[in-house]
Amino acid sequence: MERLINFIYEYRAFFTFLVLELACAWLIIENNQFQSTKYFNSSNRVAASILGFSQSTREYFSLRTINEDLARENAELRTLLERSRQKALLGDAAVIDSARLNQYEFISAKVVGNSTSLYKNFITINKGMLDGVSPGMAAISNQKAVGKVKSVSDHYAVLISLLNVDEQVSSVIKRTNHFGSVRWDGLDMRYSNLQFIPRHAVPAVGDSVVTSGYNAIFPEGILVGVIQEVNLNEEAMFWDIRIELAQDFGELAFVDIIKSKLKNERESLEQITIGEVK
Amino acid sequence: MSRSGIIQFILFFAYTLVQVLLLRNLVLFNTAFCFLYIAFILLLPIEINTLVLMVVGFILGFTIDIFYDSMGLHAFATVLVAYLRNYWLATITPQGGYDSNSTATLSANGLQWFLVYSIPLIFLHHLFLFFIEASGFVLFWYSMLKIVASLIFTTSVIVLLQYLAPQRRRL
Repeated sequence: MERLINFIYEYRAFFTFLVLELACAWLIIENNQFQSTKYFNSSNRVAASILGFSQSTREYFSLRTINEDLARENAELRTLLERSRQKALLGDAAVIDSARLNQYEFISAKVVGNSTSLYKNFITINKGMLDGVSPGMAAISNQKAVGKVKSVSDHYAVLISLLNVDEQVSSVIKRTNHFGSVRWDGLDMRYSNLQFIPRHAVPAVGDSVVTSGYNAIFPEGILVGVIQEVNLNEEAMFWDIRIELAQDFGELAFVDIIKSKLKNERESLEQITIGEVK
Repeated sequence: MSRSGIIQFILFFAYTLVQVLLLRNLVLFNTAFCFLYIAFILLLPIEINTLVLMVVGFILGFTIDIFYDSMGLHAFATVLVAYLRNYWLATITPQGGYDSNSTATLSANGLQWFLVYSIPLIFLHHLFLFFIEASGFVLFWYSMLKIVASLIFTTSVIVLLQYLAPQRRRL
């Protein structure tokens, strides 16, 4: 026993090293599990306000672009509003269920922290649990996909960006209706990849890729990107498709968090069905 | 707490703030990062206890992780550097040994010595940082590019800062 204690004492630096590194490794692995409410990340209030200060300085230099984007979005929204008003006036009876009509609720938030050059990029925003944000919700900006909520604190939330090698978004090619998933390869912030499009599909350069709505996080039809390059290897089962992301992540200033009110209903229905089949 | 202890305490916050406010946004060519905060570990007094150094390294890395949303990643790399630092210092002891109360700085031991001392440690730090972040070796060459570019960037900034403020560390 004494020898053991002596041994440990003699190599105490090494054992401390081992313990600390194991703790770090555990944190890294734990953090890779998806979605949680954690406080040791940039949704932490102190961290977020410090990042916010840095971001607001940055933003000053891109005010013109942000203004233009907001004005354009305003115009688009006004068009949509007018159209739906006309529809209501004409008495279009196609949609009656008000729950479905109000299926999605939008929470507007400001970006306080953003990165684009790491392999796992995250975005910090200034809306949190108290504003109704919770893990698993989708984030869009100007009707283009941005990412989904990973963790929230009371006043802030961290989004897992589309520019994250762990993030996959279920998407369809709008023209052909084939679905696959968009996953970033960690290289260039302007491009991403569309995976799992089967051989028999005929994707073409210039096709739009939009969210599929299959996983109930993103609503259907949110623009992800435009196909930039297609490739089919001799023995591959799927196409290699490179898409140009619609969202410019370098200029991101505001996002809308989408709260899907029917998500729970849908997921529980799917769970029950899967349970029955088994 | 001694005077130098208080100065180190302030420096800790200074390095952290510069890292998260300024350098977090400063990425050259989308590949070269500057992880200046590692200089805090490198430039501490030579005679510091490895245990203390590792705990400080863990706290520093953990703080940086909070801002980078990369739980444990920077802490891992920084603890590694903190552990190896004193062994490496012992290995490259110049003839006649270090002066007592000496710091591991450029002004105390010269540029050549400082490069030999800092480059391998910074390289190891970046090596673990980028490969763990990429969760493996899938992006091997791109990660290597990032590592080497960041190594050059970080080392240059650390060396330049010491020329700009040569007196700071002698306090």
